[in-house]
Amino acid sequence: MSDEKITLKVTRYRPGRDPAPTAQSYTIPYRNDWVVLDALNYIKDEVDGTLSYRWSCRMGVCGSCGMMVNNEPKLTCAAFLRDYYPREIRVEPLANFPIIRDLIIDMTDFMDKLRSVKPWIIRESEKPVSQGEYLQTPAQLAAYKQFTQCINCVLCYAACPVYGIEPEFLGPAAIALGHRYNMDSRDQGNDERQAVLGSHNGIWQCTFVGECTEVCPKHVDPAAAIQRTKVETTKNWFKSVLLPWGQR
Amino acid sequence: MTSTRPEKSQLYYPKMPANWWLRKRNYLLFMLRELSSVFIALFLAVFLVQIYRLGEGAEYYAAYMRTFSSPGWILFHLVALAFALLHSVTWFQSSAVVLQLRLGEQEVPRSVVMGLHLVVWLVASVVILWIFIVY
Amino acid sequence: MNEGKTCEPFWWGLFSAGGVVAAIFIPIHILITGMAVPLGWLAESSAVYQHAWVKLYLFVLVSLPLFHWAHRFYFTLKDMGLKVIDKPLAFLCYGSAVVGTIIAAWLLLRV
Repeated sequence: MSDEKITLKVTRYRPGRDPAPTAQSYTIPYRNDWVVLDALNYIKDEVDGTLSYRWSCRMGVCGSCGMMVNNEPKLTCAAFLRDYYPREIRVEPLANFPIIRDLIIDMTDFMDKLRSVKPWIIRESEKPVSQGEYLQTPAQLAAYKQFTQCINCVLCYAACPVYGIEPEFLGPAAIALGHRYNMDSRDQGNDERQAVLGSHNGIWQCTFVGECTEVCPKHVDPAAAIQRTKVETTKNWFKSVLLPWGQR
Repeated sequence: MTSTRPEKSQLYYPKMPANWWLRKRNYLLFMLRELSSVFIALFLAVFLVQIYRLGEGAEYYAAYMRTFSSPGWILFHLVALAFALLHSVTWFQSSAVVLQLRLGEQEVPRSVVMGLHLVVWLVASVVILWIFIVY
Repeated sequence: MNEGKTCEPFWWGLFSAGGVVAAIFIPIHILITGMAVPLGWLAESSAVYQHAWVKLYLFVLVSLPLFHWAHRFYFTLKDMGLKVIDKPLAFLCYGSAVVGTIIAAWLLLRV
């Protein structure tokens, strides 16, 4: 193993002890097949056991290890050291979220918002099992499949300046998941979701910066979901105003 | 399992800096795109003065148009044109994201949708040029 | 359907329409009236402005992009941190667009 080293400057914050987050530098061995998560694990195992951070699958499907790496929201299991070496890497907790400790953020707000869009199949009446499965053509699946790929990593919230300025904003992932169910042919819950999606802090706060889509590790394209929801909502609004007799 | 929400009083709430849009290239491009609407509005204000002059009479209109040959006005219109083009390009890109055109089973790729927008734009521009100059 | 409560779809609809008009037609008009005619590259016929259809087109050309600017500028100012004066800002921005639209109509009818 070579003697190459790399320095990570990592945010530390001890609740109840530190008035504000600080940065601590760790110089560790560099291996060109390591990701930032490997480096953090090395730090925790060999250098400083007090460092706290979230991780799980280490392969980009659980959404746990999101952090700011040199000011970009990234899954640390997908950020290779070799893309930054030999320069120093700044590792910070995800932007726009309150910090619990070190690199761990409070995701409660996102969880509440996700629940509020009712991300499940809503039907007026369930089909009894005896009548068989709900059938879907490939085209019907294609209409919403992309938006099912969300792993709730909230990198999109860290990238969204509107969420940073206006914490009440529903946010990219929640809207994209609402859209995923709205577009699912088995679902009949569009109206139920409308109150939340179409509210002032729903889709209308979005100014289509588009950074959410840029940072999404699963290519969900939440920006597209939001703009399409705006178009649908606007079409329905004009229809209800200009042709009120057409309503149920 | 009891809810394990963090102790709110010990959370650290980071503040969004006022210059957030200067800190990242994509944010700056976004802000420039948004500000393009200001230059479009400014041009429209200037355009309305033109219309006003038209109403005053042909000589006033001609005199007004001559003032636009000054370097200051040319610069203004160059800048306005640059921002208008920025608006057009970014608007067509955004449209391509939102629109889902289907040819049978296949979805039309975004680059093709973008290209179609550019064609419409070119044709419309030529038509306007013809109407206001040739006709 | 409580969409009457929030008028956002209305303003967004105007913003969208204005964005399309601005994207397609504004650049060529800047080129013609701002540069080509004053510089003498092209001779513009001022007679074209007499036609009713041209006036209608110009009305749309001025009005919709003004509403596009109003909506976009309002949100940009909010994005830059001016949340506190939210309501006055909205009134000023959309109000300017309304005023501009009225002026455009009046001026075009005068020609």
